[in-house]
Amino acid sequence: MSSVPDDLRYTKDHEWLQLAGDGVALVGITDYAQQSLGDIVYVELPKPGARFAAGATFGVVESVKAASDLYMPIEAEVLEVNSLLETMPELVNQVPYAAGWMLKVRVSAPAALAQLLDAAAYRKLI
Amino acid sequence: MTAALSRTPLHGWHARHGARFVPFSGWEMPVQYTGILDEHRATRQGAGLFDVSHMGEALVSGPQAAAFLDHVATNRLGDLAVGRARYTLLCAPDGGVVDDIIVYRTGPQNYLLCLNAGNTPGDLAWLGEHARRFDCEFRDASADYAQLALQGPRAIEIAARLAPSAVNLADVPRFSFVEIVLAGATMIASRTGYTGEDGFEFYIQPGQAEAFADALLEAGADLGLKPCGLGARDSLRLEAGLPLYGHEISRDISPLQAGLGWAVKLDKSGGFIGRDALAAEAAAGPANRVVFFILDDRRVARADMTVSAGGQPVGRILSGTVSPILNLPIGSALIADSALKSGAPLTVDVRGAAIPLRLAKPPLHKPPESRIKN
Repeated sequence: MSSVPDDLRYTKDHEWLQLAGDGVALVGITDYAQQSLGDIVYVELPKPGARFAAGATFGVVESVKAASDLYMPIEAEVLEVNSLLETMPELVNQVPYAAGWMLKVRVSAPAALAQLLDAAAYRKLI
Repeated sequence: MTAALSRTPLHGWHARHGARFVPFSGWEMPVQYTGILDEHRATRQGAGLFDVSHMGEALVSGPQAAAFLDHVATNRLGDLAVGRARYTLLCAPDGGVVDDIIVYRTGPQNYLLCLNAGNTPGDLAWLGEHARRFDCEFRDASADYAQLALQGPRAIEIAARLAPSAVNLADVPRFSFVEIVLAGATMIASRTGYTGEDGFEFYIQPGQAEAFADALLEAGADLGLKPCGLGARDSLRLEAGLPLYGHEISRDISPLQAGLGWAVKLDKSGGFIGRDALAAEAAAGPANRVVFFILDDRRVARADMTVSAGGQPVGRILSGTVSPILNLPIGSALIADSALKSGAPLTVDVRGAAIPLRLAKPPLHKPPESRIKN
């Protein structure tokens, strides 16, 4: 049912991470996560420059029903946030792996990426 | 281990229509089909069809049926005309709310009660115990009925398409009901609802519910009728300012605090359970009041968040969501009456940010100007 692209890494908390090279990566939430949340009405994201440990709360996503924390997949520094989500949070529902991305980050230790789930492992989880 | 969830007679129908299910008050219920925003707007603009079969039903009959109900209910039920329905609270001796229910008078000595799903076991025990002291029969009839709600500006037109030509459903007044055959099934059609829209609630035999739901969806397809889940039911009722048990009313929030004093008849002859406590509260003035609000922000105030005035906590959020009509967060809060009287600006703490509460009179989705014209 839910889309799980092969070229991404995942967490058990339903975030995805896409490595773009040079230790820079995009972070968002999965198709499964957006389906479970339902209509997303607000996304609260950190300021560029903020640093987070793996598993730390980096923001909040609000659906009609509830607010849910967002967790950093890996230790990283925020380079940029998706400002489109301020006015169009529904992009997370519509295109969670594309224009619905949330953070561009610099990963502190690329070797730690090995601890994230690959697509096959994430498919088993959901 | 959690107890197995009950399923309504329409469970399979929901699954076929793409419902996502959630546990609710011991029931596995559809929270949405296409999405809460979509279903909410469909109900405001066309019509929505809701399965509310999780609601409980009870029957009261006998020479003292009216006396019994007037003893347990805050509203007047003895003078209710046959064919009419009335909203009432059931209160505990301390004035706390046991449940809020709709009472239908089906005969001179007969009533049908519609109970909140989560309160049904407690209501049955509470009412059953008090009924023993009256010359009346009280019984649980929850398994006898499925319940469907058809709500929205096109609801009457849709239902009328299934009615015999001699019957004009538009003539059924608000808070009245008729026994009627629609699409071949006999049912009670009640001009009531929980969305702030016109419409009907249908009490039908469980075995006939699925065919009737199909007939309604087909009849309303060209008028924008959509199946709607509990998510939209909640956002619709909150926009309309209708209380939900456990949020705006509870054992700790009295009807007077909730602004439901119109359904509390303190002068009812013979009194009722909770009357003395509520009379004392009315005389002193409620210490807290339920208010409704809009936030001019994108962050949503959720239940139990703290409301402050001048840096001091003065209340808490009871319900919160986003209005799909206003595209703004809305909600209800319980606020100290002294803070409301002071007129000091109120703020809600959402994850450390103090967001101003703009108090508003429901229905929140209608601008005040349009309400005056109505």
